[in-house]
Amino acid sequence: MGLPRPEELISNVNLKKMPSKWWMDTLPVEFKPGFYCYGAKGKNLEYVNFPNARDFHVTDEDWKLPEDWKKIVIEGIKQRLERFRTFHVFMDICVRCGACADKCHFFIGTGDPKNMPVLRAELLRSVYRKYFTSGGKLFGRNGGARDLDIDVLKELWYYFYQCTECRRCSLFCPYGIDTAEITIIARELLNLLGLNTDWISGPVANCYRTGNHLGIEPHTMKSTLEFMCNDIEEITGIKIEPPINKKGAEILFITPSGDLFADPGIYNAMGYMMLFHELGLDYTWSTFASEGGNFGFFTSMEMAKRLHSKIYEEAKRLKVKWILGGECGHMWRVWHQYHNTWYGPVDFLEEPVSPITGTKFENAKSNKIVHISEFTADLIKHGVLKFDKSRNDNLIVTFHDSCNPSRGMGIFEEPRYIIKNVCNHFYEMPDETIREQTFCCGGGSGLNAGEIMELRMRGGFPRANAVRYVHEKFGVNMLANICAIDRATLPPLMDYWVPGVRVSGVTELVANAMIMKGEKERTMNLRMEPLPGKEEE
Amino acid sequence: MGIGLAFIIVLGLILFAYIGTELLGLKSLFAVVFPYAALIVFLIGFIRRMVKWGKSPVPFRIPTTAGQQFSLPWIKYSKIDNPATGWGAALRMFFEIAFFRSLFRNTKAEIMNGKLYVGSNKWLWIGALAFHYSFLIILVRHLRFFMAQTPWCISVVDSVDSFWQIGLPMVYMTDIIIGAALLYLLGRRIFNPQVKYISLPSDYFPLFLIIGIIATGVMMRYFARVDITAIKELTLGLAYLKPSVPEGIGSLFYIHLFLVSVLFAYFPFSKLMHMGGVFLSPTRNLANNNRMERHVNPWDYPVKHRHYEEYEDEFREKMKKAGIPVEKE
Ligand code: SF4
Ligand code: SF4
Repeated sequence: MGLPRPEELISNVNLKKMPSKWWMDTLPVEFKPGFYCYGAKGKNLEYVNFPNARDFHVTDEDWKLPEDWKKIVIEGIKQRLERFRTFHVFMDICVRCGACADKCHFFIGTGDPKNMPVLRAELLRSVYRKYFTSGGKLFGRNGGARDLDIDVLKELWYYFYQCTECRRCSLFCPYGIDTAEITIIARELLNLLGLNTDWISGPVANCYRTGNHLGIEPHTMKSTLEFMCNDIEEITGIKIEPPINKKGAEILFITPSGDLFADPGIYNAMGYMMLFHELGLDYTWSTFASEGGNFGFFTSMEMAKRLHSKIYEEAKRLKVKWILGGECGHMWRVWHQYHNTWYGPVDFLEEPVSPITGTKFENAKSNKIVHISEFTADLIKHGVLKFDKSRNDNLIVTFHDSCNPSRGMGIFEEPRYIIKNVCNHFYEMPDETIREQTFCCGGGSGLNAGEIMELRMRGGFPRANAVRYVHEKFGVNMLANICAIDRATLPPLMDYWVPGVRVSGVTELVANAMIMKGEKERTMNLRMEPLPGKEEE
Repeated sequence: MGIGLAFIIVLGLILFAYIGTELLGLKSLFAVVFPYAALIVFLIGFIRRMVKWGKSPVPFRIPTTAGQQFSLPWIKYSKIDNPATGWGAALRMFFEIAFFRSLFRNTKAEIMNGKLYVGSNKWLWIGALAFHYSFLIILVRHLRFFMAQTPWCISVVDSVDSFWQIGLPMVYMTDIIIGAALLYLLGRRIFNPQVKYISLPSDYFPLFLIIGIIATGVMMRYFARVDITAIKELTLGLAYLKPSVPEGIGSLFYIHLFLVSVLFAYFPFSKLMHMGGVFLSPTRNLANNNRMERHVNPWDYPVKHRHYEEYEDEFREKMKKAGIPVEKE
């Protein structure tokens, strides 16, 4: 990875020592390799009609901005003050109490004070004060205000792409100031100038074209699913034919495309198919709505809406009754907190009812989208599924609450209930690091790029540290989660900080333990590794 | 940054009031004009600010969910930290405003020997709560200066506050608590490196201002005996809009009154507006029921997105070959 050894990485971090220079005096910002993503490519910006589409290199002096860039940003701020009470209020009421300061994983991992949520927000707030408040106009620096110049703009770019929008800071703020919200808006402003990152704009363009971030075309998606079904047949002896774009199915199933692509997400995808097969569920995959995650959310609200609209469109076209969603973080933040507002009222679907148990999903009665953990927990509660928990006996499991479903939804018990029903060994990480207080994987909101490995390892350090604790204390070797980004970002994080701990989705664990009708005697888990007790065969 | 500046400004204000009243004798300016002006600035400024915030819509329902969601009937959900109803949200706000619930959660992170330690840290919560409640009680206590007859409820506050009696005159508990809390809050800004680094002059200024107010108040009450009757005559006059400036009020009082006036006038333009803003914070005051009920965004507009037809047009041949159903053969 080209990184220092783990012990060295954190050894120079001192949270109690601040730089001698005041934060307004440390410009221009030094673009440290490993801490910033590559600039967006013009063709990707152009594909989705983003402004100022051109190739842009972060370390170039000239960012090829439009002539009147300053005016664009200030106008943009004005418009957003008028549109978002959050933004308006959060710009004004921070008392700089510092309660949020040491809550951010990026501050903890880097010691860089501008990664304290309050200071991250102040970077933008200082510009706001200069152009929108009397105090700032009158007192300038002493009033916490500064001119928007190119160095300030570059600093905004640098630090707002060092925030994973995890909302941990917002939990602790006495006024609920949500720096993630400020980051979202700051990124909107940067996007007015075409200042995106390659790792975000690429998936966005892909998603627009093919329906998913990875650019998987329909026929490839089909063969990928069939390929997985071959494995399932080898493991269980059961042949599954996944329904694709099936009109009139009862349920449309959507998961992030990460689950179709790489290990360990694919095991989760296999798990979904096994579960639905076992239930005899009348469902369908869609190649058009082949992504639930939403990288548009990391560029602008508008783009997020443009990407997510395909989901209801597809539900309408396929004439399904309701939508079931797989394990994903951002997808659920967007579905849960935004989608119904963007697209509703969703009157062409029916209120979701589990066809197996008859349970009405009251909490999804308006937007008609149910989380797979809600769905599965309900099945287990009704005793519909049979499990052989011992198949997971080689796993000592802990659960990582993903930021988005945690602090933007509140789904805590369902996945835990499921895990406890399919695994014999489950241990929690310390209280201050789970549930709503969970630490980020360090790579959310489009920061899971390879070129910022150092930032990710630092930002993921608090999470890894808690895993290391249960790894040493209870021998934990499996980190379960309900997010596709987690399944992409946590494996390298574990390899670096806590070797020996692997990562899995929850549905993979379910499918491993689930006894299917007509299955042959299983000797392998979904990863084609021998089950405990079957090693010698 | 700016601690010196803030300190000097507050000193300057004190000096200004001293010179103005003691040397120049501009007593009615300080006793009548400034207080009225400050009050008007406060009221208009406060309301304008709230209206301005209120005018920005809340397009999305984005509460920070700090507990289990409302989902399946057999799963106990967190009614306060993740409310599903408006009542729950109201309760959440009540706990937030009355007991600083979010701050109560505060933790402290430390790295030692390459390991991260996160532990509970309640000091800021205690300090903030002590400060705000003492301030509130002191404010309530002061109401008796503005009413000819002290209402019984204020007398009760008064006697409870001075319940802990030391000598004569009675010492108010809140005077001691607020002093300690202010010193703690200031000390944090000076000695906690993180807080020090983020502080602006506008963070120190109100602290020094309030310290000045408390100090002059305490001095008047316990040390430099002032003419209470004259002061009450003045304050009652102010309250009943028949201002008169009696003789014999020392400049210590005028300094006190002037600092209070400055605080009021400064309030709407500063971070002190968190007092109003906390009620409007959409991450706290909304119910988490987005999937249950539809929320409307007042400025929503249609966006250009890709439709299935377009998609199929691009991939139809490949889909047909793979045996995926298509709309148009
Ligand atoms: S906790 Fe809230 S008020 Fe305190 S510094 Fe952070 S954002 Fe500002
Ligand atoms: S949202 Fe998360 S990453 Fe961003 S500032 Fe807050 S704690 Fe840090």
